Amino acid sequence: MIRFEQVHKRYATGRQALAGLSFSVQAGEMAFLTGPSGAGKSTILKLIALIERPSRGEVFVGDQNLARIGRRRIPLFRRQIGVVFQDHKLLQDRPVLDNVALPLIIAGVPRREIDKRVRAALDQVGLLGKERNLPQELSTGEQQRVGIARAVVAKPPLLIADEPTGNLDPQLALETMRLFKRFNDVGVTVVIATHDVHLIEAVGARRIALTDGQLALA
Amino acid sequence: MNLGAYLERHAQTLVGSFGRIVKQPFATLMIISVIGIALALPLILQVLVQNARQATGNWTDAIDLTLYLNTAASEERARAIAAQLRSRGDIAAVQVITARQALNEFREHSGFGTALDALTDNPLPQVLVVTPTLAASRSDAAQPLQKQLAAIPDVAEVQLDTAWVRRFHAMLDTAHRLVALISGILVAGIVLIIGNTVRLDILNRRNEIEVMKLVGGSDGFARRPFLYSGFLYGLGGGGMALLLAALTTHLLTGSIRHVAELYGSDFGLTGAGWALGGEVLIGAGLLGWLGAWVAATWHIRAIEPS
Repeated sequence: MIRFEQVHKRYATGRQALAGLSFSVQAGEMAFLTGPSGAGKSTILKLIALIERPSRGEVFVGDQNLARIGRRRIPLFRRQIGVVFQDHKLLQDRPVLDNVALPLIIAGVPRREIDKRVRAALDQVGLLGKERNLPQELSTGEQQRVGIARAVVAKPPLLIADEPTGNLDPQLALETMRLFKRFNDVGVTVVIATHDVHLIEAVGARRIALTDGQLALA
Repeated sequence: MNLGAYLERHAQTLVGSFGRIVKQPFATLMIISVIGIALALPLILQVLVQNARQATGNWTDAIDLTLYLNTAASEERARAIAAQLRSRGDIAAVQVITARQALNEFREHSGFGTALDALTDNPLPQVLVVTPTLAASRSDAAQPLQKQLAAIPDVAEVQLDTAWVRRFHAMLDTAHRLVALISGILVAGIVLIIGNTVRLDILNRRNEIEVMKLVGGSDGFARRPFLYSGFLYGLGGGGMALLLAALTTHLLTGSIRHVAELYGSDFGLTGAGWALGGEVLIGAGLLGWLGAWVAATWHIRAIEPS
């Protein structure tokens, strides 16, 4: 599902984030990217979502070489990926319903269908009944789950998350990880960047350890 | 995507844009007023020029040629020429003013009655007032006609007094062009004003656009609500301009009617009219859309999630 081949990434600031990284994640797999901050976890996710482009090397998602995807085709490509952010990135002036519905509205799904699928997604993350609330009326954990509902509502085959448990207490963090595991159980490929090693052990999934933009030697 | 969903999405966007605009009534009123004033100026000028055209439009078509005969020519000769002219196809009417009639009239109105009695001879010539047909009264046809009439024996002079009418129409044409020019400049200004407003809107909603792009929204998708905002700003500004123009014509009507009365005319000012009003509204809406399109295309492209 994901393949990195000798990927280098140097930012305009001169910081070398990835240094010849190669790894792959199979379809249906669940994998954690771990390592100290600055190891390149976030950069990997940004390269997968085409938020950034590699300086050298190639990235494949599905069977597509991302270097071949031009600017105009990026929106269509991103619709195949659910992304969860540490800071949620919700529209603060829109109710939960609109936030979760956004990917479906963009994809042009009819309204009746949207209501149904948004409810299903909110049910999966345990937020049914909060459709009319604004994000700021919800707790951090709930806002994070709104973000997850939005990421999965269009049923993408790939789900990526950047430090999804960063702002959550241990109990909530564990529940969130179990939520991701449930999506993985129904066939979604899941890649999560986290520094929280205990959680990985609790969920039991593959770990890709990074240090200085390369695979850490085990 | 089916057509129903597509239309539904556009309707939602339109309603959403409208909602955002009315949420900031003061700012919206300001921008609409700026557009309205900028549009009202050329609109009012246009209405005035149009009215001046209407008021003077029949002048060119009603040229009379005045034939002065030699003082030696008799009344009979004048009537004979009149009969000859009446038989021509390009002449609608001929009125004979005999030297006697003219003198009597002059005696009555001028107050020189007794002084004129001292004259032994009538110094006034016989006069024919010739009205050409409509086709023959255009300026290009009227001049050859003038030459032909001047060639008739006993005709001393033919006066075709159209120069000032032509000058006046030239002035109107200049005014009309000036209005077009001013309109062009102000229209460009409106596109820029709306573009700038939309730019600020976009910067304020930067996060929202970023989120849209992150979940797969295209530039076009992110741009759409701004296009509707621009259209609505333009439409509101157009409405404001019509209101201002209507107010101005209303205020001017009284004084113009007074002037017209002094000239013995029943001329009254007519307003912009429904057709022009509709054109202004739609045109302003499209201008708003255009300004928004330019600004949104440019600035939304530059916003990328990081």
